[in-house]
Amino acid sequence: MLRRILALILKELSSLWKDPKSRMVLVVPPLIQVIIFAHAATFDVSGAALAIWNDDRGSLAGELIRRFAYSSAFKIVAAPQSQAEAAALIDGQQAVAVLHIPERFSADLLAGRGGRLQLLIDARRSNTALLVQGYANAIVATYAAEHAPRPPPLVIETRDWFNPTLEPEWFVLPGLVAVLSMLIGMMVAALSLARERELGTFEQMLVTPLRPAEIMIGKAIPAMIVGLFEANIVIAAAVLWFRVPFVGSLALLEAGLLVYLLAGVGVGLAISSVAQTQQQAILGVFIYASPAVMLSGFASPIENMPPIVQWITLVDPMRWMLIIARGVFLQGMPAAIAWSAIWPMALIGIALMTAAGLMVRRAVA
Amino acid sequence: MTEPVAPLATIAGLRHRFPGARHAAPQTALDGIDTTILPGMITGVVGPDGAGKTTLLRLLAGLLRPTAGQIAVFGLDLADHAATVHDRIGYMPQRFGLYEDLTVAGNIQLHADLHAMPSAIRVPRISMLLAATGLAPFTDRLAGKLSGGMKQKLGLVCALLARPKLLLLDEPSVGVDPASRRELWAIVAHMLAEGLADGMGVVWATAYLDEAERCGRVLLLHEGRLLADDTPEAIMAPMRDRVFLLDVPPGQRRAAVRLAASVAGVADASVQGDHLRIVLRPGAALPDPSALGGSHLSPAAPRLEDGFIDRLGTVAPTPIPAPATRPVAQGPAIEVAHLVRRFGDFLAVDDVSFSVARGEIFGLLGPNGAGKSTIFRMLCGLLRPSAGRAQVAGGDLIREPAAARARLGYMAQRFSLYGELTARENLRFFARVYGLSRAAQQAAVAAALADFDLADSADQVAGDLPLGVKQRLALAASLLHAPDILFLDEPTSGVDPLARRAFWARIGTLAEAGVTVLVTSHFMDEAEYCDRLAIVSSGRLIATGTPADLRGRVRSDAMPNPTLEDAFIALVGADLRARAA
Repeated sequence: MLRRILALILKELSSLWKDPKSRMVLVVPPLIQVIIFAHAATFDVSGAALAIWNDDRGSLAGELIRRFAYSSAFKIVAAPQSQAEAAALIDGQQAVAVLHIPERFSADLLAGRGGRLQLLIDARRSNTALLVQGYANAIVATYAAEHAPRPPPLVIETRDWFNPTLEPEWFVLPGLVAVLSMLIGMMVAALSLARERELGTFEQMLVTPLRPAEIMIGKAIPAMIVGLFEANIVIAAAVLWFRVPFVGSLALLEAGLLVYLLAGVGVGLAISSVAQTQQQAILGVFIYASPAVMLSGFASPIENMPPIVQWITLVDPMRWMLIIARGVFLQGMPAAIAWSAIWPMALIGIALMTAAGLMVRRAVA
Repeated sequence: MTEPVAPLATIAGLRHRFPGARHAAPQTALDGIDTTILPGMITGVVGPDGAGKTTLLRLLAGLLRPTAGQIAVFGLDLADHAATVHDRIGYMPQRFGLYEDLTVAGNIQLHADLHAMPSAIRVPRISMLLAATGLAPFTDRLAGKLSGGMKQKLGLVCALLARPKLLLLDEPSVGVDPASRRELWAIVAHMLAEGLADGMGVVWATAYLDEAERCGRVLLLHEGRLLADDTPEAIMAPMRDRVFLLDVPPGQRRAAVRLAASVAGVADASVQGDHLRIVLRPGAALPDPSALGGSHLSPAAPRLEDGFIDRLGTVAPTPIPAPATRPVAQGPAIEVAHLVRRFGDFLAVDDVSFSVARGEIFGLLGPNGAGKSTIFRMLCGLLRPSAGRAQVAGGDLIREPAAARARLGYMAQRFSLYGELTARENLRFFARVYGLSRAAQQAAVAAALADFDLADSADQVAGDLPLGVKQRLALAASLLHAPDILFLDEPTSGVDPLARRAFWARIGTLAEAGVTVLVTSHFMDEAEYCDRLAIVSSGRLIATGTPADLRGRVRSDAMPNPTLEDAFIALVGADLRARAA
């Protein structure tokens, strides 16, 4: 039995390696994806286009405007003089926000009555809007504190643990380890059975003494090897190129990846066992992958999702892997905590592999 | 006719090369073709797979630009006038582009719309074509639900709609059972007679040499070159008085073939039913029948295939290795009792029982959809029976499938090895999968490479090998573990006659050595090599017997010397009529 499985594994790996096209597909696109994702998936806003509608001639308004102008978060692009002009700037997407300083701002502030500012934000870009609002608040808060007659009674001192300067790459790249390795492992697995079915070699294999379970194992292991290889390319790129700190245990991360890829490859094989052609298999992977990434917490936090959706995320192996990847990279996650994310993946993986094995057996029924 | 007819198409100095994939050399598909296509007849483009038939048809249809040379259709050079010519060409590609989700009528209407046919012409034309093809009762059926033969007929209707002056048919008879194949020929002949006034002509590509004998003219293609361009009679003429049938006692036919192949004057020897068919070299003396183990030599009519083999050049007959002795267990190799298979409500196999002796070559024949593939798939463990018993090589396929599968070899109709691996890697993979020990693997792979003439191509990628070599490799792979039973699914369709003979010679040797062979086919030439045949129709076994038996059953005054194809058509037809009554 071991000999038969080994034969299948060697065959799969040499098939993948022999074909220059599949060799390219396994190495080059992931590297490109790492570069694109790491640079495109930043949640930062810098140089946001800001218009300042200043009706106040006072010096305090001038100082506030300078604070905005010196902030790297904003770039002042226009100085509208009326509500209509301000609206036009936002409608035309020339400015993300308009800061309105009313006529009596300096006077009120000097008189100790408290000044009032208005910030008009283009909330069509809701994510940017939130960030812009946050930056503007911070600038105004500092300014207000300096001009307050006495120090405010309550101040929050913030420390960002694990990512003190909130580098977006530190957040994105560990996530990419999970996303890319899963995509590739799943694709290799999904295509392998569908390809054999298309070529007619599947039947040739079914008439040999290979049992459905052996076929499944022989197909799963090469895909896992490829996925693991992929994960390590991303890990190396993150650490060596993007200088993301790696404070945890590499062995723990690899162990987590192994279990995670079992689940990912299980998805691929399950897709493959129902797909008749490679095209259907690719489509299946695509249909699975986009919601899986969305639900994993790769881009948006799971805690913000409605409860039902949060339950669904429990069966998404990527969700669990993200916990481990981010934890090991940035936090030095202890094995005991990692385990609580590993066993759900193991469960998902075993369930999927069994399902795929049963589907293949039904093909012979 | 006194004045010479203007040809429909003229081909001069034609050469076509396909740029190879990366690293591979460009492939010359056609080279040095000069010919004309005449109206009023069916011109057969005949040759094995890979000979260049499809390329020639696509060039004639203006779908490809030749690498060198000119093609003129209706006197217009295709290089400049392809669009003008297209209107009068009907082209039916190998897999006709039918819309499977449209009905028969829907497909026809769509094609009529594409040709912008006015309804005054369209309506009578469609009803005439539907009547001629017998599709009239099925106009509301979805095209995807038609049988293989009916799909081809529908394709033919669509290609004929716009009254083409030149009708190009690319292997319309592939995957079609003999009865439907005859109908296709009759329909095309009928349409040709009808279009005669228009000066219509037909080009029919086929790998079946037997059906090519019906053509008015034959372009014999082999490896991209024109071997012959003549009437079938003229191609067969040099074979006159060189073809003989030898009576051989049953059970000795295969030994006799081996014997005959070693006689100096014999160019070709093959099994034909209960006879040995012998083709002599030009000027060779008649061999002594008793030296070949037979009793009586009678002259026979030459076939187009004889002419083809003759023109291929007299290659020394492949030496056939003598049968290796192997222990033969007792009892039948395959025993099937009351086998039933349902797909939903549909009864695909209905109470089938038969048994195959060890060392026998047993053929399962039947029209498309009759259930022969279903039986075949159940016997090699690819499908589970709904009821009944199937013992294969003494093992029960239902109770211990993996153990039973270890004793059988399977060769699919399509090449089903790994195209990206080399021949040697493919063999090694199957040796490992069949659980051979390391030493046994090496021995088996080395023996396979030597026995099957694969030593030269051992390290070539399997996907790039020529068809005949691929087929040898597939056979070698299915025999690595010395199976007791070999399953063959249309093993030699599309292969050139020499390669086919060499293949069956090997199969014959295996059978003599005690290997049981189960073949499924609707290729009558393959059926001739079988010891016994079973004909399946509508899920039931309607006749079993030797090829001679089956022919004997339909012999009558009207058909004094029926071929196996005649027998097949008559038996299946009688069964269908009896069932309808």
